[in-house]
Amino acid sequence: MSYASLRLPLRLVALAVVTVMIQEAAVSQITIFGTSADLTPLVVMAVGLLSGSIPGAIMGFGVGLLVDLLLFQTLGVTSLLYIVIGYWSGRLRELRDPSHGLVPMGMGAAATAFAGVGMTLIQFLLGVDSPVSLLLVQQIFVAVLVNTLLALPVYAAVKRVVDPALPKDPRRRRRRAYTTGGLSPLQQSSARLRPTPRTSR
Amino acid sequence: MHSKQVRRRRAVVAALVVVSLILLTAYFGGSSSDPLHAVQRGVVTIFSPIQKGASVALSPFRDIANFFSDTFKAKSQVAKLRSEVHQLQASLARAQYAASLNAQLSRQVRLDNNNSISTYKPVAAHVTFRDPSLWYATVEVDKGTADGVRTGDPVTGDGALVGQVTVAGSDFSIVTLITDHTMAEAAQVNDSGGDTGVLVPAVGNPNELVLQYLPRNASVQPNQQVVTVGFRSGPLQDLYPPGIPIGQVSNVGNDLANNGEVQVTPDADLRHFAVVQILTSPHAGTARAQLPTG
Repeated sequence: MSYASLRLPLRLVALAVVTVMIQEAAVSQITIFGTSADLTPLVVMAVGLLSGSIPGAIMGFGVGLLVDLLLFQTLGVTSLLYIVIGYWSGRLRELRDPSHGLVPMGMGAAATAFAGVGMTLIQFLLGVDSPVSLLLVQQIFVAVLVNTLLALPVYAAVKRVVDPALPKDPRRRRRRAYTTGGLSPLQQSSARLRPTPRTSR
Repeated sequence: MHSKQVRRRRAVVAALVVVSLILLTAYFGGSSSDPLHAVQRGVVTIFSPIQKGASVALSPFRDIANFFSDTFKAKSQVAKLRSEVHQLQASLARAQYAASLNAQLSRQVRLDNNNSISTYKPVAAHVTFRDPSLWYATVEVDKGTADGVRTGDPVTGDGALVGQVTVAGSDFSIVTLITDHTMAEAAQVNDSGGDTGVLVPAVGNPNELVLQYLPRNASVQPNQQVVTVGFRSGPLQDLYPPGIPIGQVSNVGNDLANNGEVQVTPDADLRHFAVVQILTSPHAGTARAQLPTG
């Protein structure tokens, strides 16, 4: 196995470990509007959007497992939720290839909302003996707002780490070529090589 | 070619979901000594030095952010705290009289009532990790069995009970906070009747606990202190020593008359404390009264 083929997995493993460390050691101890930001679903979403559905799902599984392992939570709960986040972020890229700069914000909000609501549903399925406060809904809503604000910087940071290790995507290359004037579908490739004919009056 | 890619993608996702479900099922039904828990303990032991390093390295960022957060919070609390000081001064006078009376009576019944925190051999520990989710309220601290910590030891912070050690490794411990949905503890209201109940969290609200199973005619009032009971009944003994502050009654309302419940606000700020004390000898100095015979 060559180094080139291992570049992306190695970067994703390092990214997962560093994200979970920063999240648990610093970010989760800082309260914003009564709740804490959660970088982990944002990073999984960003990896899915940049790398595709399979790397996204694997990253989701890995980050979720690491969170559950290090915090002595029920194994598999967070993984299950983050697989879905990573997979569907990747599928969005594969099906629609969104290029708008605010897509990561929307996806970040959706990922955080899914993680919050999904965790609530799983906990109810596993059984909760304690009374549940209605404030839980408000906390999920505030967490979504905070994470939405953080989604763009997190996406940019993840892109910086992941982009150099990604194989060149032919579809993106083609789009870049259209915008720079090469490979226009209205022109034959041989025609582009000829000098532009002058129009005679 | 395309269908092969689709099949591969679906197979990978299905495999990951199945592995997650197997892990969830095995872990949820397993005991604390099963292989999955052992693997989890091993992983935390391996990562523990990295976690401590990360916690120390990131502490300046954490402190700066918390400085601004605490400043805004402190400003909004000034008026409330001033009124509380006046109430507490009046309560202190009554408490001092009760304490002197209690000391005299304790001597009469030969009750070892020296339940200051130092009696319980506290071990100070720093919080290295904190769980951000709304459903799990756990923190990891940097002291473990090498420092005398054992599973079940009570943990105090900010001068009040914050939780209990649920996993003890050699140089780390996992503390489950009293706001975690798996926690419940016997608690007593410092009212005239010393009414006792079971304190459980209100999931989703880290600033609220619910004291359940109180007598419906209990004379509980807002702002009364709630403390640990520290009961002993034959071989059964409470995990917590008696008299450790937990919180204050915040709201009584109709819940007391209807369901025997009152709302309690924890004394400790459970989202911000950075240092805790683990009571490694929680049953020292709690000898029960020996009533004089004859």
